[in-house]
Amino acid sequence: MVDIESEAHQTVPAAEVEEVELYHATSFWTKYVFSQDAKIIAIQYSCVAIGIGLVALVLSSLIRLQLGFPDMFDFITAETYYQFVTMHGMIMVVYLLTALFLGGFGNYLIPLMVGARDMVFPYVNMLSFWIYFLAVIVLVASFFVPGGPTGAGWTLYPPQAILSGTPGGTGLGIILMLLSLALFIVGFTMGGLNYVVTVLQGRTRGMTMMRLPLTIWGIFTATVLALLAFPALLVATVMMLFDRLLGTSFFMPSLVEFGEQLSYGGGSPILFQHLFWFFGHPEVYIVALPAFGIVSDLISTHARKNIFGYRMMVWAIVGIGALSFIVWAHHMYVSGMHPYFGFFFATTTLIIAVPTALKVYNWVLTLWNGNIHLTTPMLFSLGFLVTFLNGGLTGLFLGNVIVDIPLSDTMFVVAHFHMVMGVAPIMVIMGAIYHWYPKMTGRMLDEQMGKIHFWVTFVGSYLIFFPMHYVGLVGVPRRYPELGDSAFIPESVATLNSFISVAAFVVGFAQVLFIYNLISSLRNGQLAGHNPWRATTLEWQTPQTPPGHGNFDELPLVYRWPYDYSVPGAPEDFLAQNDPGQRTAE
Amino acid sequence: MGVAIALVILVVGSVVFHLISPWWWTPIATNWVFMDDMISLTFWITGFVYVAVLLFVAYCVFKFQYREGRVAAYEPENNKLEGWLTVLTSLGVAALLAPGLVVWFQFVNVPEEATEIEVVGQQWSWSYRLPGLDGKLGTADNRLISVDNTLGINPDDPNGQDDIIIDGDDLHFALGKPVKMLLRSVDVLHDYYVPEFRAKMDMVPGMITYFWIEPTRVGTFDVLCAELCGVGHGFMRGTVLIDSEEDYALWLSEQITFAQMLEQRDVKVANAVKP
Repeated sequence: MVDIESEAHQTVPAAEVEEVELYHATSFWTKYVFSQDAKIIAIQYSCVAIGIGLVALVLSSLIRLQLGFPDMFDFITAETYYQFVTMHGMIMVVYLLTALFLGGFGNYLIPLMVGARDMVFPYVNMLSFWIYFLAVIVLVASFFVPGGPTGAGWTLYPPQAILSGTPGGTGLGIILMLLSLALFIVGFTMGGLNYVVTVLQGRTRGMTMMRLPLTIWGIFTATVLALLAFPALLVATVMMLFDRLLGTSFFMPSLVEFGEQLSYGGGSPILFQHLFWFFGHPEVYIVALPAFGIVSDLISTHARKNIFGYRMMVWAIVGIGALSFIVWAHHMYVSGMHPYFGFFFATTTLIIAVPTALKVYNWVLTLWNGNIHLTTPMLFSLGFLVTFLNGGLTGLFLGNVIVDIPLSDTMFVVAHFHMVMGVAPIMVIMGAIYHWYPKMTGRMLDEQMGKIHFWVTFVGSYLIFFPMHYVGLVGVPRRYPELGDSAFIPESVATLNSFISVAAFVVGFAQVLFIYNLISSLRNGQLAGHNPWRATTLEWQTPQTPPGHGNFDELPLVYRWPYDYSVPGAPEDFLAQNDPGQRTAE
Repeated sequence: MGVAIALVILVVGSVVFHLISPWWWTPIATNWVFMDDMISLTFWITGFVYVAVLLFVAYCVFKFQYREGRVAAYEPENNKLEGWLTVLTSLGVAALLAPGLVVWFQFVNVPEEATEIEVVGQQWSWSYRLPGLDGKLGTADNRLISVDNTLGINPDDPNGQDDIIIDGDDLHFALGKPVKMLLRSVDVLHDYYVPEFRAKMDMVPGMITYFWIEPTRVGTFDVLCAELCGVGHGFMRGTVLIDSEEDYALWLSEQITFAQMLEQRDVKVANAVKP
């Protein structure tokens, strides 16, 4: 039999260090505002991230208004269109997905799931949130400055990002964007160090690394990636700020803007792209790995079956994380970098498909012979499987350098990355919220509303992004506010665009139902009890729900891996990680 | 049951959409048929995986859905199965990568006989320069750009005197004659994109990038910019034509050289100075 099973019998090691007394807040301000409790910080992070995410959702509707019904809305000009596109992308990737997965779920789940009372550095954790909040405020401020926010695209490629042909390029827009990113990175680094150290140092007795739930493995590995990748972005933002404000030429070659010779010279625009994507590609996995981890736990719990191939899943997460640092230039196949890079980066990129595919197989095989409860979290997990599989497979088009040449910078790319790192992780976020809301509030979300929310969001998103690939195949370029007079684009593309837009509005509107569910269930939701899903992991074994300050009365002792579902001979169909009962199987 | 049916509908619907979709790539006009073939191959392999995995999921949801008294199996690992899946996936990936890299090798290695054409991008228009009778392009530099020398061609370089300048007009190609497109930008990033060519590449100020094509079909095609270059990005359009050899020769004979352009300008200046 495999190691995992025999490990379940091991006894818990003796305590090596004494417990440290927690910081106890006494006033309202220190308890709920400048809180040092990871659970409060998690809720603060989540609310701000979802709030700014709603701004991005509105922006996406404005984008679709223009693409579906061009020339109908006077307030959307080429200029505002690019501003909407830029801010939508940046908010979604950085301020929503990164912040919600790591700052939100990371903060809430890490201490609870590893059996700690709190993060290792609670004060720094508090600072992390408030600096993130400041970064969001600076970002929002850029909407209100003269000239508006930057419209340089979320990739902020120089030289155009800091020149007058781009919205916000010579105004405050780009400066605030870069400042906000720098602040975000500072804030994130504080939180990130906390997450990593807490996982490494704060685990309770018996919680070995190979007994960590995959949620924690995903968040932990993603945080390590983020700590290594964000500095590249920080460097790039600081250098671009210097180029913009001090007239340096890190990324600026000698160039002529609308007939006027500028004083820049000697810099390299491609250097920025390397720095950006050295961050940008790991960023994809910073979003994806927590989603991988969380969805593993959702599938396992709601199918009442152990995750299939746990060790393979762990090594796939670590392997994908490591590989993600040597694939970045697949975003740059048509950038003009040395063409021989194409051989290397296409090879590494397609290699990364192997561990990723294995994860998909293992999720699917977890369903096999399970006892599948089609709860809302399970439905969203299935939605993730479909959209991630779709987006992962189209990644095989774009990762293969020669196939990328005709498809790059077309709507195919837009469809691909929305499917794989937009819809798929958001499916997981939704599923995770339905799954953990009962622990966070003590009440269940309404299942009926949840199911409507799922079906509209899932089917709608598929109808938006699946046909969009074919718009790209036709050759329609991305980042075009209108198709213009193009002989190669048939009339029917405009019709398809209108259809996609209508689907987008429906999906957008369905999120109102979700927000309503979140708010109304706070009061009216069915009481959850401490473990409504009959799950094994430690956060469900707390004495109070929601967990009190310090999480546990006495720190739990861990006897087994997190996936003891439906163990033959066990009295119930799950054995909690802190359940010392001997397994009777074998 | 409902969820399983929904998944099957989704799979069948996706396949049917793919097969009957009127939205497909434009008829190709260059030698890069291999790129289209690679997309087709990728569709076949990934399509197979997509259908197989999702039908498997649909079956699981149908077969193993919760009902009173069902007990899930307990099977943490299966090394043999995982090993097989790893091998099969690696083979599938290799089947995509290997031919892809072979075609990429062709793409980056330009044939000897290709003639050079320079494309200059600026916010928000395209210009071109063809080598004259000497077959060589003169040097150019953004620093030399002025009202009279909008492409920044070095007036002291003898190779540049007979270069043919096409400023604000359509570019023509001769059918069957391979060309190496040298891409240069005056200001920001652009990307020279003709959908029917399949090949495309960014243009980056401060460096020269390239791609090569062999035109294979007579016709008129749109040029677009495929790299965000500011508010005019969507309007950075142009037209190129692929001509028969005779038509091309006729067109070429009507173009003016850099030296003639400078001369015309001098005449204009002289006329302007005359009272």
